[in-house]
Amino acid sequence: MKGEIYRISGPVVTIQGINTRMYDVVKIGHERLMGEVIGIEGDRSIVQVYEETAGIRPGEPVENTGMPLSVQLGPGLLESIYDGIQRPLPLLRDKMGDFIERGVMADGLDQEKLWEFKSTAKAGDAISGGDVIGTVQETINVEHRIMVPPNVSGTIDEIKDGKFKVVDTICTLTNGTELQMMQKWPVRMPRPVSKKLTPDTPLVTGQRILDGLFPVAKGGTAAIPGPFGSGKTVTQQQLAKWSDTEIVVYIGCGERGNEMADVLTEFPELEDPKTGRPLMERTVLIANTSNMPVAAREASVYTGITIAEYYRDMGYDVSLMADSTSRWAEAMREISSRLEEMPGEEGYPAYLSARLSEFYERAGRVESLAGLNGSITIIGAVSPPGGDFSEPVTQNTLRIVKVFWALDAKLAQRRHFPSINWLSSYSLYTKGLADWYNDNVSPEWVKLRDNAMDMLQQEAELQEIVQLVGSDALPPDQQLTLEITRMIREIFLQQNAFHPVDTFCPMDRQYKLLETIQKFADKANAALESGVTMQDIVKLESKDELGKVRFDEDFEGALKKVIDKMEDEFDSLKSEDYAATATAKEAEQID
Amino acid sequence: MTKEYKTITEISGPLIFLEKTEPVSYGELVNINLPDGSTKRGQVLDTSHDKVVVQVFEGTGGLNRESGVRFTGETIKLAVSSDMLGRILSGSGDPLDGGPRIIPEDRLDINGAAINPYSRLPPEDFIQTGISTIDGTNTLVRGQKLPIFSGSGLPHNEIALQIARQAKVPGSEEDFAVVFAAMGITNEEAQYFMADFERTGALERAVVFLNLANDPAVERLITPRMALTAAEYLAYEHDMHVLVILTDITNYCEALRQMGAAREEVPGRRGYPGYMYTDLASLYERAGVVKGRKGSVTQFSILSMPGDDITHPIPDLSGYITEGQIVISRELHMKGIYPPVNVLPSLSRLMNSGIGEGHTRDDHKAVSDQMYAAYAEGKDLRGLVAIVGKDALSDRDKKLLEFADMFEDRFVRQGLEEDRDIETTLTIGWEMLAELPESMLTRIDNKFIEKYHPAHKK
Repeated sequence: MKGEIYRISGPVVTIQGINTRMYDVVKIGHERLMGEVIGIEGDRSIVQVYEETAGIRPGEPVENTGMPLSVQLGPGLLESIYDGIQRPLPLLRDKMGDFIERGVMADGLDQEKLWEFKSTAKAGDAISGGDVIGTVQETINVEHRIMVPPNVSGTIDEIKDGKFKVVDTICTLTNGTELQMMQKWPVRMPRPVSKKLTPDTPLVTGQRILDGLFPVAKGGTAAIPGPFGSGKTVTQQQLAKWSDTEIVVYIGCGERGNEMADVLTEFPELEDPKTGRPLMERTVLIANTSNMPVAAREASVYTGITIAEYYRDMGYDVSLMADSTSRWAEAMREISSRLEEMPGEEGYPAYLSARLSEFYERAGRVESLAGLNGSITIIGAVSPPGGDFSEPVTQNTLRIVKVFWALDAKLAQRRHFPSINWLSSYSLYTKGLADWYNDNVSPEWVKLRDNAMDMLQQEAELQEIVQLVGSDALPPDQQLTLEITRMIREIFLQQNAFHPVDTFCPMDRQYKLLETIQKFADKANAALESGVTMQDIVKLESKDELGKVRFDEDFEGALKKVIDKMEDEFDSLKSEDYAATATAKEAEQID
Repeated sequence: MTKEYKTITEISGPLIFLEKTEPVSYGELVNINLPDGSTKRGQVLDTSHDKVVVQVFEGTGGLNRESGVRFTGETIKLAVSSDMLGRILSGSGDPLDGGPRIIPEDRLDINGAAINPYSRLPPEDFIQTGISTIDGTNTLVRGQKLPIFSGSGLPHNEIALQIARQAKVPGSEEDFAVVFAAMGITNEEAQYFMADFERTGALERAVVFLNLANDPAVERLITPRMALTAAEYLAYEHDMHVLVILTDITNYCEALRQMGAAREEVPGRRGYPGYMYTDLASLYERAGVVKGRKGSVTQFSILSMPGDDITHPIPDLSGYITEGQIVISRELHMKGIYPPVNVLPSLSRLMNSGIGEGHTRDDHKAVSDQMYAAYAEGKDLRGLVAIVGKDALSDRDKKLLEFADMFEDRFVRQGLEEDRDIETTLTIGWEMLAELPESMLTRIDNKFIEKYHPAHKK
């Protein structure tokens, strides 16, 4: 069916003379630019175009593909680097050089590559949507499970084994349906599941402040809002690198080209801490930088989540990072304003809140159609203009997500990284995950953590007093609290993402670090009570040495040394000749 | 010969509306012949079978319904050539220096095209600007876009010029060029820049685009695009390392808002259009290094924050696109410190990849972090001192307070012509840190203390 262009205004094109359905993909003009129907008025349809529209004229032909915007799902997704509409960027580079031109189509999956398919179902098996009929070793450590598309069921007539292209038929049903390894799915429609489950396992990230104080559950949702320059991007990259999920989908949505380049260069070089293989082998990257077409930016988030759902349906734990959902919301606003829609708050469309919640609702721990357990954890970055958390995107996001990691520019300025503010962040999962911590870390963990949080709260109050009267005016036990919280902040909360050892801290190390700080606190308290002065406690060398343990490759050894030293030091403080040594020291100083 | 249309139905601000045209393409360049014989240029903003909207770059003054409109059939292009170096051009690319027209080696669409993120090389070549607060604590690298966030009455022009004069990659002899685009700055400011370029001989290696305060505001929308097109051409076709100075981004955004209002668009924050982020990104993102090409485009823009407010939409959106910012402080300026860079809110996001062994020196990051932390804490203490007095401070706090003063006086302050190499900058850093007790240098590895600390170093 052919129609023609009626009007062009930036990325919004009106077409006529053609029947369309909402969200159909259409090809615009002689160059066949890809666009999506986002409104229908009489016999005219409004299309958002994913590519630059300069030079296109009214009257040029339009063609309807009759399909909504879909992604190709199958082996070959991993290790890919896509733009917002699943065009592989390396392929685009081969086709059109270093700069992104338009009108180039590219398949999301390599249609020529042969994959070794091993069937797990056999002729005569009754199958339905979501069932696994075979496997492909997609990368060394990821087994790709070939599933029956959700809307297909029947009895297998024939199933093959061997090397196939993704578009080859590998299985035929008695009703004549042919199944390929590749399936397509419209990005705006969530893939069906059999039921949603309550998240009960934490996503272990190796980042002490996240795992320790504000954990997110597998299948949960978290938001990282941060004013610019507060270390949001580094935090997200750390999560992508270290989270204990099997698959990582990273969406760079409207972000900086150079930073994307950094991700694209760095990820392939990163080693997966668990397998020693490149991290890229379990990663899908989607990069739509801020100067790439705005409509493709709008679509990139959906492309990413659909790929994530596909792996979830195989029974994998997937983490999805969206950096940044604010840029996505701005893309919506921009298109909405081109459509001359009635704006809501701050010019954002009135459906902003609905779109955000639809997106975050696609996270979750689920039982797939085939009964497999999988999860998607969404970690969305928000970039509030001016660091003002009251703006619509942040507010609408906070209404949905369960975890809030509040990045703080002040902390970043002090070079406290990750600069997550421990007073304004929260996690609603801590209670639900308590059992897991009891069973897997230590029954003491929850108590330790609550204690640390409690002291940090106290510190904030004490700091206000210190601001007025100076720290020397405080009674010794409060001075000690300040000293201990300084240790919690500097030893536990601060973490150096660029240090080879400190960048990832497993749960047991986190526990031991916090436990040692607590031990120090207990001992110091006891010492204070027995008459030791604060000055002597501050001077203890083991306190400073504990700060360096997290950088030591031999963590256990270093920690043991520090603990031994700590015990010695406190013993010497307590010992009967303490008074004598103290006098001796003073004498030395006078000399 | 293209048809001339005399079907203008409406003229509104910088926009004209036409009817009954042949199909006109979106973004097309338009020539308008006025009844008095002069011509103006414009661009198609909206096109349909019934109506075409054109924005006129030189303003709509003198236009009437009898004016003739010709559509050229192509988008706006800039004639580029390596002979552009040393030339002064208007905001729409015409020679202003009395010289001949540029003989084009190529004609390029001024909107450029987005660099495929996969083709980008992460920037990592350290650029030495000779200014300690930049080199030491907010390092600039090739391919970065690092704007100066300033305010009215602050010496951002001096700093930009000092950087243009001194910027180099130590130990490299590669071709470099400066592309300077003025958007809505005063004639006086422009003269100041031109005089400095001429005095230092920098003009030979520069291309200058001038849109002055009394030039049409609409033209400001194409000036930076022309400049960046020229920069990309010199960088990617002639292997030059190009430093682009755009001044002042705020004037550009004002022009954008003016256009948005004329088109009766739904305004976003403070009346600026909702697409300002994307629009600014289409400028800022035209910086970078491309795999397999020798040249690079580095952007150093000047942006004056209205009311010194860093949360104003212009600096705010810019900060989300650029790789950091250099913030000029009125407080330091009032204290008589030049360059009055406030390092605390300043940031270079690409710093970590451009410093350290092989780039600058192995201890660079540690020294920078330590100075930052000590200065931040020392500065906070000033507030406390105002309340409780200096005597109530602990020894540690007193040291920090002294450090903050010393930092501003020795590290931040330097001469207008003073070109400090990175060794000097780091040495000053160490000399200041040596005033603090060693136990306070928690962010510095022992091995660096042994190697560089003045007390250990022989």
